[in-house]
Amino acid sequence: MARLHAEEMVLNMGPQHPSTHGVLRLKLRTDGEIVSHIEPVIGYLHRSFEKHAENLEYQMVTPFTGRCDYLAAMGSEHGYAMAVEKMMGIELPERVEYLRVIFAELQRIASHLVAVGTFGLDVGAITPFIYCFRERELILDLFEMASGARLLYNYIWIGGLAHDVPPGFVEKTYEFLDAFDERVAEYNQILTGNKIFIERAADIGVMTPEVAINYGVTGPSLRASGVNIDIRRTEPYSIYDRFDFDIPLGQGLQGTVGDSWDRYFVRVLEMGESAKIIRQALDQLPVEGDVKSAIPRRIRPPKGEIYFRSENPRGELGYYIVSNGKNVPVRLKMRSPAFSNLSVINEIGQGWMISDVIAILGSLDIVLGEIDR
Amino acid sequence: MTEQEIYANLSSKFGDKIFEFMEEGTLNPTIVVEAGAIAKIVLYLKDDEKFQFDSLMNLAGHDADVESDFSVIYHLFSTELKHYITLKVFTSRDEPKTASIANIHRTADWHEREAFDLYGIIFEGHPDLKRILMEDDWEGYPLRKDYVPAEFYRGMRIEKVK
Repeated sequence: MARLHAEEMVLNMGPQHPSTHGVLRLKLRTDGEIVSHIEPVIGYLHRSFEKHAENLEYQMVTPFTGRCDYLAAMGSEHGYAMAVEKMMGIELPERVEYLRVIFAELQRIASHLVAVGTFGLDVGAITPFIYCFRERELILDLFEMASGARLLYNYIWIGGLAHDVPPGFVEKTYEFLDAFDERVAEYNQILTGNKIFIERAADIGVMTPEVAINYGVTGPSLRASGVNIDIRRTEPYSIYDRFDFDIPLGQGLQGTVGDSWDRYFVRVLEMGESAKIIRQALDQLPVEGDVKSAIPRRIRPPKGEIYFRSENPRGELGYYIVSNGKNVPVRLKMRSPAFSNLSVINEIGQGWMISDVIAILGSLDIVLGEIDR
Repeated sequence: MTEQEIYANLSSKFGDKIFEFMEEGTLNPTIVVEAGAIAKIVLYLKDDEKFQFDSLMNLAGHDADVESDFSVIYHLFSTELKHYITLKVFTSRDEPKTASIANIHRTADWHEREAFDLYGIIFEGHPDLKRILMEDDWEGYPLRKDYVPAEFYRGMRIEKVK
């Protein structure tokens, strides 16, 4: 029997909607229950970060970067600091590099925990969300110990760190890691293999490698499509070339390569890899070293420009910075991963039901703060 | 392939459409090309076996100061061959326009809209060029160096920066 076509209807999802992860509006064109076109409308959280940056000294921009991707503030600060340091040719003490990697990877776990938990929440699983936030609290405790803040840190400064970690930090991080490995097994038990969850996520919103690359999708969402690109590996920055870790790729274990379930599971596996990196970094962490010794008195990068990218939890975080030799940047553009990751939703979300669009959106793990900047 | 080789190759292929090769003053060696020809060049770089620049990492608008031309910067990467190139076009302040590459790299769709939104650069051939971050009825282009915000927006006073 031929499928009956109903009259097309435009449905507004958001800006206030629990599953849009912030203030995002999706204009859905629907044919009955089937979505035929998705137009994301963004900008509700625009705080003119780039305009502000043009009026601030370099070190004053750091706290602003954290407010863009507020679930991965350490990652944003790290990327920004490295970009300016590369322009100025600053060599960092070993202890700073190790501590930065530890914080960046802890942040990756914390961010993925939110991603995994809220994805479950989006498709109706409430308990895993509580589990994930339980572990995230432990990481936030560690961040609070080091920086005094739980969400927005202003901890990684250009040329070093705001201050060294307090006594007991290393032991407490080891404690967290020991407990964490078992916790990942719990998520797998409660969510990964859950029949209802698989039904909701597997085979839904399949993204082919070509589509992913063409739309500039990066990070776990790209690797879920089977593309082996992780900037920590392809162009190692900081000291990532010293650690032994795997790059999990989507394999289509429950359906097709690049479906929503793969995007979820790659994140679960990445948390384990991050834990591996943190453990190695803690083992090798030099005891001596002044974390403030390389912080320049005056931050005036030489005239010129740079595009520097690093692997944030959500993907490729790039900073394009133009300097004219003064203490204020002429231009600072943040290439935020979620901006490009969201733009693909029309391509992979067409032809699915409205409830599937919510699952696809959840699997992309967006943060509106960095999309709108 | 090194940036120098890519420049040599593009020069012999596109001739006077390729203006210069900049290595000084940038940490990413840059090829400056003609604004009207950018789409052809990007397509060639994407499709040719030697280059395979299939990933557009970033696209940024730029305004150096109140008298200079606008520029648009393209950072390209090849996921297969793992090499990079940066392209740059200049466009006049009075009539800022360049060719769109949104149909070649879909990443450029939103990035070009952003550059249009904040700098007012027209990307010819873009499928749906409209504001993306600012409100549709916002006046002016905020990241231009000579931008002066209006006093009111829909009856609300706009605070001055500095």
